[in-house]
Amino acid sequence: MQLPDPEQLVQQLAAALKPRLHANTALVGIHSGGAWVAQKLRQQLGATLALGTLDISFYRDDFSSIGLHPQVRPSDIPFAVEDAHIILIDDVLHTGRTVRAAMNELFDYGRPASIELVVLIDRGGRELPIAADLVGARLELTPNQNIQVTLDPNNQLKLSLHER
Amino acid sequence: MTKNPQLSEDGALRHLLTIEGLSAKLLHSILDTAESFVSVGEREVKKVPLLRGKSIFNLFFEPSTRTRTTFEIAAKRLSADVVNLNVSASSQSKGETLLDTVDNLAAMGADMFVVRHAQSGAAHLIARHVAPHIHVINAGDGRHAHPTQGLLDMFTIRRYKQDFTKLKVAVVGDVMHSRVARSEIHALTTLGVPEVRVIAPRTLLPKGVESLGVHVYNDMAQGLKDVDVVMMLRLQNERMSGPFLPSAQEYFKYYGLTAEKLQIAKPDAIVMHPGPMNRGVEIDSSVADGGQAVILPQVTFGIAVRMAVMSLLAGT
Repeated sequence: MQLPDPEQLVQQLAAALKPRLHANTALVGIHSGGAWVAQKLRQQLGATLALGTLDISFYRDDFSSIGLHPQVRPSDIPFAVEDAHIILIDDVLHTGRTVRAAMNELFDYGRPASIELVVLIDRGGRELPIAADLVGARLELTPNQNIQVTLDPNNQLKLSLHER
Repeated sequence: MTKNPQLSEDGALRHLLTIEGLSAKLLHSILDTAESFVSVGEREVKKVPLLRGKSIFNLFFEPSTRTRTTFEIAAKRLSADVVNLNVSASSQSKGETLLDTVDNLAAMGADMFVVRHAQSGAAHLIARHVAPHIHVINAGDGRHAHPTQGLLDMFTIRRYKQDFTKLKVAVVGDVMHSRVARSEIHALTTLGVPEVRVIAPRTLLPKGVESLGVHVYNDMAQGLKDVDVVMMLRLQNERMSGPFLPSAQEYFKYYGLTAEKLQIAKPDAIVMHPGPMNRGVEIDSSVADGGQAVILPQVTFGIAVRMAVMSLLAGT
């Protein structure tokens, strides 16, 4: 399968996001791939834009079956969520469970005015009624395939496809 | 190899009974997880849904304010249901055995016990007895161990001093009767602190304390020289006179931490105390309230560390 260039997808997303920004807009990336994408979008959209990261380990719905993720990082939301327009950013949208957990966590910081979802890749396979507002690329993957976003040493996003 | 009763077959933490025998990697993973819980404590809603539906019993056979309260807050911030039992006042006085009490609480649906008991080994006894899905945290047993206190002290040191492998740390006071001291010493040596000192009068040092890997001092002026961290211990009221010490005043004169004695340590040394403090006995108010004291941050970090321990145990 021909995979798109993730850096180019970020450019496209930034262009599409620009007219949607409010005075009170903040970017929130989901750790770790979403946080990289959020940081790159912010570089395109202006450094004055508020930026946060979420680690959703404490909100996962599979804690009782698989336990705590071994490498939890602190979430960092350095702005008031109350009344903010949040652009929630993840690298890959799959089942929708991560997004649900992220929204639950965001509401524990305050009541946002709105949340929009931006993803680099939508790979299908939803298990919850969640849809992205902006999508970099849509890929039709089988349940056995796994797409991974990584950051190379030159700070460039890379996509790779794995068979389980 | 004898099996560590705290660990499951695959090396995950099932109970937290003592720091002794746990790896540096495991201790660091607890501290790393606690780091994330500190940020939860700084939010508008200081709660996460991890332990929703779990029942945690604080089973205290000895009085405690700080430890019991911070365990209670930690459990509530994890969304667990918490029941506090001061058992000295109820069934034990009617003659029920420890394990009968535990069985009854298990029959009420307990998922976790936080246990404090005057007898060393009480938490071990309960951990060996309970069903596999029930977890036990030792919140202090006799003179043996107080592992969450040891962990929160390590968390505090790591916050202020970062690298354990460059530190000189002094533990000062009644080491003989202190479960806190034992847990601190095991944690410090496991995490690679190259020089752990204990400073105490001979009467308050257990025999063979050197075998724990510590350097022994009987004199504050020598023991505090160039240390990065001063960990004070509480002198329990019942030890202030009698065979161990002539008087509290005399103890303060030789082993009480004053601003003058603190000057012997490094200028940026931090001062810790597990509480409750005896001002004017083991620590002078000018030090307890001074800029180098991190005694209240210890209490705050204690909540995050206990949240980390509870969530790691509940996930195994």
